[in-house]
Amino acid sequence: MSAPLLEVENLSIALSQGGKSYKAVEDVSFAIASGETLGLVGESGCGKSITALAVMGLLRQPLSLGGGRITLDGGDIHNLPPAKLRQLRGKRIAMIFQEPMTALNPLSTVGRQIAEMFVLHAGAGWSEATDRTVDALRQVHVPSPERRVKDFPHQLSGGMRQRVMIAIALACSPDLLIADEPTTALDVTVQAEIVDLMQELCAAKGTAILMISHDLGLVANMCRRVAVMYAGRIVEQQAADEIFERPQHPYTRGLIASLPRLGARIVHGRQRLQEISGVVPAITAFPAGCRFRPRCQRATDICQSNDPPPTPLPEDGLVRCHHHG
Amino acid sequence: MKFRANLYIGGAFFATAVIVGVLAPVIATHDPVFDANLMNAELPPGWEYPFGTDAQGRDIYSRVVHGARISLTVGLVAQCINSIIGVSLGLTAGYWGGWWDDLVSGLTNLMLAIPSLIFALAIMAILGPGLVSLLIALGLTSWSYSCRLARAQVLSLKSQGYVQAAKILGYSDLRIMFTQLLPNILGPLIVIATLGAGGSILAEAALSFLGLGIRPPYPSWGSMLSDAREQITTAPWLSIFPGLAIFITVLGLNLLGDGLRDILDPQSRERTS
Amino acid sequence: MAEADQTPLLAIDNLAVHYPIGGTFRGPRRVLKAVDGIALTVAPGECLGLVGESGCGKSTLAMTIMGLVPPTHGRIRIADQEISAAKKADHMHLARTVQMVFQDPYASLNPRQTVRRTLADPLRLHGIGNKTEVEHRVADIMAKVGLRPEQADRYPHEFSGGQRQRIGIARALILRPRLVLCDEPVSALDVSIRAQIINLLLELKDDLGLSYVMISHDLGVVEHVSDRVAVMYLGRIVERGGWREIFEDPRHPYTRALIAAIPDAFRRRAVAGQKARGEIPSALAPPPGCHFHTRCPLAADQCRSDVPLLEPVAPGHLAACHFRDRATSLHGELVEP
Repeated sequence: MSAPLLEVENLSIALSQGGKSYKAVEDVSFAIASGETLGLVGESGCGKSITALAVMGLLRQPLSLGGGRITLDGGDIHNLPPAKLRQLRGKRIAMIFQEPMTALNPLSTVGRQIAEMFVLHAGAGWSEATDRTVDALRQVHVPSPERRVKDFPHQLSGGMRQRVMIAIALACSPDLLIADEPTTALDVTVQAEIVDLMQELCAAKGTAILMISHDLGLVANMCRRVAVMYAGRIVEQQAADEIFERPQHPYTRGLIASLPRLGARIVHGRQRLQEISGVVPAITAFPAGCRFRPRCQRATDICQSNDPPPTPLPEDGLVRCHHHG
Repeated sequence: MKFRANLYIGGAFFATAVIVGVLAPVIATHDPVFDANLMNAELPPGWEYPFGTDAQGRDIYSRVVHGARISLTVGLVAQCINSIIGVSLGLTAGYWGGWWDDLVSGLTNLMLAIPSLIFALAIMAILGPGLVSLLIALGLTSWSYSCRLARAQVLSLKSQGYVQAAKILGYSDLRIMFTQLLPNILGPLIVIATLGAGGSILAEAALSFLGLGIRPPYPSWGSMLSDAREQITTAPWLSIFPGLAIFITVLGLNLLGDGLRDILDPQSRERTS
Repeated sequence: MAEADQTPLLAIDNLAVHYPIGGTFRGPRRVLKAVDGIALTVAPGECLGLVGESGCGKSTLAMTIMGLVPPTHGRIRIADQEISAAKKADHMHLARTVQMVFQDPYASLNPRQTVRRTLADPLRLHGIGNKTEVEHRVADIMAKVGLRPEQADRYPHEFSGGQRQRIGIARALILRPRLVLCDEPVSALDVSIRAQIINLLLELKDDLGLSYVMISHDLGVVEHVSDRVAVMYLGRIVERGGWREIFEDPRHPYTRALIAAIPDAFRRRAVAGQKARGEIPSALAPPPGCHFHTRCPLAADQCRSDVPLLEPVAPGHLAACHFRDRATSLHGELVEP
């Protein structure tokens, strides 16, 4: 593998609440090569979204960087002065969110919001930027882009807004696109289109994608590699095909087995779904030792006393479990 | 849990006023009405009369203490009437909507457009002075705030799943309003009512000051101020002590309202999930 | 599944729900046809899966069945009761026949009521049993949904999302209804919790002989739980039939597009030609003819003018498509049977 574009090493993120400090994310490491797609999968509260915020340099109180390094092309992001960091965002790293309505300015036309990117980051004049905006909208398959540039966000449907967000994010051909649940608020048929669009455009521009989602199927379909997070840690990281065929961590196995998969009933008849017992732990109450232990069927004494270290798997994979396989 | 200064200070001020009012017959040293003695008229504060005496020689301390009963009764009862009217109208308007909502909203806007004190003055002029007319006048004129608040809260809550679930379970509209909606909007309504009670005490003082409140021999803080206005330079204690009583009680209620807002505001409450 | 010879528990006949939008000051008056001519039945003990995307009218349909929205025309018969434009729902009566499980376990429980009160109040309201019987039924239903008895005096905020959904299910079942509408019952839950709730719903269905209408956009869930499936698009049913026919041999291009849109690691390249194009049109201005023609890979001139009727392709399997009798290959080209 060539030198990675983005490298996250032993990242910890601290959450301070009620005078105490909790580790919302601990010892998270991953790397993305340029043009590569990495999926970060996990449930609410597992730390996947705040990991993305850390990569963008956007951690705010009560969250703060607790340790570790985030490097883009070898340069540490968190040592950058605020002005440099702002330049980096938008130009080299872009982000799209779950609900585009909250990320778009409701008082400004979508055309202006896209054109702003060209003016701010590509040094274009306003008239040139306006022309490029129409192209950008055409690229994200917005019908009649010449008219749409004059629309305000509330005049567009959810899917159209997400297309506009993608146009804004990819306006300056960034090296990395962070997509935080980009299709969760959309209908299934529209979701399929948006995913195709992201893949197509990023492949054309050579943009790497960090795809964050709770939907293992979606991520496995879209990304080459998948990292599964649970309670602030990456518990398993593998190639997408491998993780579905041979999941190593009990949590990943449980997730895959617990979801009713389309077509399964036709082949196997209706079988009781395998449950993962218990609940997702709160950040303030992560269990000691292995954090999945209270819900794990394979748990033994060692899981309570010892935190499982990352065990390497073939092809740069890893798993954090005493009883993996 | 952080120390909530406004809650405790406000609570202490208001509690003091209430205790003084309740214990008035015990802690008053003289009769507030019949102990007139022109020989003692307008004595400055001293050992025998700690707050001094008024033009008829009555003990101001005893009159302030007894005045607390009237001022607090008017403030609290008038605000209760306001809250009951406002909440019933707001709750039903928000929940039922339609022509009833249009009617209530129109009435609310009308009430907000008329200065409530002028309105109360008009009612007092028709009913004549006295405790009961005071309660009616103040109780009918400032319900619009509770009404607007209740209506807005209900509008945001009525599409919640638990309200729909209650309908589906066969709950009647009234039962839904009382068991599902009211308990969930009570917090902000209590805050508004606390602030409103302060307003009612001030309004009572203003009406009594204008001679339209409590009939003369009985002391209310407002009527005491009214009686004292001629002597404000010669015998300032006549106005200072009832004025101070109003100030402390209303300040106490406002601080209490702010403190309660901090506690009862759903956004500041921690959501366990 | 011997549903054919039984009288249906729920029968919906030519149901329409139209909302007037706008008026004098708010622009021209238009009519939103949220539900536009729907016929459905649910047999006792059966689970009907109702699939569709936003604006398809599935939530309006649910509200109409629950008696919360009056029909514009058509009628709904639930057991021995009837709801129509002329006849309003009797909520007290309806409550003991049909109940609902909501999507959001946070908004669907009254934050100021303990679990016990949430479950016991409906019993008292309906005059069911004395004090000990109420206690007994509350304890019984809590055990059935997997809650411990000592949790009865807790408030909703003390529970996790999955447990709250169990409380919501208990509330729906406390009056022992025969039909339960589940509106996206797992989509607001953590992924690792969903299987618990799906299994619970299926167990309760068998134990208590319930019928379900399972509203979901998650085809995996619908396939897993349903006996029959109806697919809605912009206020109309475009296809319905047994679960096996719908998932093995879908005849409406929209059904196929829904299936093709599901990301699944095992079928990643099979379905490229079946995806729907573009956005869902506004329900206020649905396209003429077949509502789906603007996004359909098979659309022809006929589809733009003629409304396809819901007609049988096989016994019990109906599709509203002019090309319903032609099977398509995996890549979407038309193939003669």
